[in-house]
Amino acid sequence: MELQRIYLDYAATTPVDQRVLETMLPYFSEHYGNPSSIHTFGQEAESAMENARETVAQILNCQPKEIIFTSCGSESDNLALRGAAFAARQTRNANHLLITPVEHHAVSRTAEQLAERHGFVLEYIPVDQYGQVQPDEFRRCLRDDTALVSVIYANNEIGTINPIASIGEICRDRGISFHTDGVQAAAYLPIDVNQLNVDLMAIGAHKFYGPKGIGALYVRDGTPLIPTQTGGGQEYGIRAGTSNTPYIVGLAEALRLANEDRQQRTSHVQPLRDLLIEHTLAQIPDSQLTGHPQQRMPNHASFVFKGVDGNALLMMLDVEGFACSSGSACKTGSPEPSDVLTSLGYSNEWALGSLRVTLGIQTKPEEIDTFNRHLPGAVQRIRQLIG
Amino acid sequence: MRVVVAMSGGVDSSVAAALLKEQGYEVIGMMLRLWSEPGKEGSNRCCTPDAMEMAKRVAGRLKIPFYAIDVREVFYDTVVKYFIDGYTQGITPNPCLVCNRTIRFHILLERALAFGAEYLATGHYARLRRDDLSGIVQLLRGIDTHKDQSYVLHVLNQQQLSRVLFPVGTLTKSEVREVARRINLPISDRPDSQDLCFLAGDDYRNFLERHIPQNLEVGNIVNLDGVSLGTHRGLAYYTIGQRKGLGITSKYPIYVLKKELESNTLVVGEEGYLGQRQLYTVNNNWISGKQPEGSFRVQVKIRYKAREAWATVRPLGDYQTEVIFDEPQRDITPGQAAVYYDDEMVLGGGIIAIDKE
Repeated sequence: MELQRIYLDYAATTPVDQRVLETMLPYFSEHYGNPSSIHTFGQEAESAMENARETVAQILNCQPKEIIFTSCGSESDNLALRGAAFAARQTRNANHLLITPVEHHAVSRTAEQLAERHGFVLEYIPVDQYGQVQPDEFRRCLRDDTALVSVIYANNEIGTINPIASIGEICRDRGISFHTDGVQAAAYLPIDVNQLNVDLMAIGAHKFYGPKGIGALYVRDGTPLIPTQTGGGQEYGIRAGTSNTPYIVGLAEALRLANEDRQQRTSHVQPLRDLLIEHTLAQIPDSQLTGHPQQRMPNHASFVFKGVDGNALLMMLDVEGFACSSGSACKTGSPEPSDVLTSLGYSNEWALGSLRVTLGIQTKPEEIDTFNRHLPGAVQRIRQLIG
Repeated sequence: MRVVVAMSGGVDSSVAAALLKEQGYEVIGMMLRLWSEPGKEGSNRCCTPDAMEMAKRVAGRLKIPFYAIDVREVFYDTVVKYFIDGYTQGITPNPCLVCNRTIRFHILLERALAFGAEYLATGHYARLRRDDLSGIVQLLRGIDTHKDQSYVLHVLNQQQLSRVLFPVGTLTKSEVREVARRINLPISDRPDSQDLCFLAGDDYRNFLERHIPQNLEVGNIVNLDGVSLGTHRGLAYYTIGQRKGLGITSKYPIYVLKKELESNTLVVGEEGYLGQRQLYTVNNNWISGKQPEGSFRVQVKIRYKAREAWATVRPLGDYQTEVIFDEPQRDITPGQAAVYYDDEMVLGGGIIAIDKE
């Protein structure tokens, strides 16, 4: 009998919405022109791309020219950090970078490289036990020579939502560029860049039922940014490379649907997620929720189980038909605790036993029910393993 | 029925997985991530990133799930430590035996069973036969006498053997390659190697220099009459029967006969003195789970690649034996295993001791 697989890893990626796929299809073989071309083929493609840009801009409440299409969320983060850091150095000799210890690697590794290889001074904004920045504490971290602040909007590992608007306001008062990694957040949270007071924000389509391989960076008009990928002048000279028309169209449609159904999607996943958290904490001894108990992504549950080999747990769940993830999802089986959990003060005994369960619009109540009945036994069996 | 296959990316375990899949098992691939010296992960023989990529590709081709299990820490604490300790005690240890007993057929087997598998399969060239009368699982040589790996499996007990499959044990190596070709497995034909995986292609002497430099003390080389012939670089550098690299000029070829740990002396002599008829073993394992009563006649293999020789084995109790060969044997090496064969069946074996304990 074929195993009924239950997908509970929507923070890793989501399936492409059928409606999104359909809007993309004509731009592969039918309207295949290069948007940069002068002829009609090019103009068709350009028009589709600019419509997409406008759609995205409307949802983000910004101007179309402030939307830069990239290949993914990570590229957007890279462009934001490198571009803004080098620009701030050039325009005002600022060399100080501020990020949190709970950033996605797309941000943290980039910031580390800027510090190690390019002479920037990297400092970390303190976060509380839930991985959340406290604006008053943050204020004290700023320096006159701070080039860029980057704070993750909603954390991929532990789900915690940061007070982006307050942080952004503080940055704006000091005239310092502020970037947020909104890759996880865009699927469920408001992404109005004016309410959020951000200068830069990264998103990636595949987290909200769009295709992989396409992302965007919001760049507020007037934010100093040095291009990191140079070439043919596409994307207002900020990001060179032939425009990926079908995927750009797909991103816009996926974001449009996410925005339109935001309330509905949230009210679908959140109660199921709450059940899952409640059940897990009640049924599994030595278990803790990681991240903020309330201010977290509505589809996101994350735990640590004391004395559990998290990788083994993931494998066992997979064998039994449940696709989940951990803080340290590493396919080589390396038992390194995640940076994020370590920075929040979890000992290895806890941090190695992490589990992330993320729901999606396709998640059925019966699936959560099945999972809830299954998980305690799986954790128990892993705890009995030697070695 | 669910089976976990221990995959290495090599042709044997890949074909093992493919055969089980063809037989209708629900196959899960697992790969052990073993310890490597820092910086040498790329050349560890059995679990390089390349080997893992290969195993993953094979699993993908076979459409089976694949997981890597990290056992680096416990591998170091048991297998590598055993290897290092052995050399500090003047023996030539065989760490693969420890790996089989404590890692592959213990931790991995337990993992497999916890995952709901009935069996753990490996790509070893050996066969199993269930004796219907006694219910005992017998361990037999692989069909391919050149590839037979029953020697390194003599450490397994009934509990383990009853949960193990060796799908390629009934095939020859060329038949295994044939299967791989037939089903178009993406196998890179790595040459079979007998080096220890964690040496990563390096000479074990260099490894010891990095790990136990304090035990590599220069000492005397003497002949059987106690006459000093030169100096050695540390006893761990030498193996019984070794001829090359002694740095002694002599009319006749000179061989390492003995290592005397207490006086840090290497005893050498001509080939004629190399043979010995008697050896003692410790830590014996009996495949049937029961020590035979009284002495018995068997063929004994004293190294993985040695030829079997007729001998009488006398159990001494406490998992020890005395082995008396019909003919003197060269290269009896404390630390290696003496494995007892009744024709094609492995009865058990023990670790060759320096002397009677």
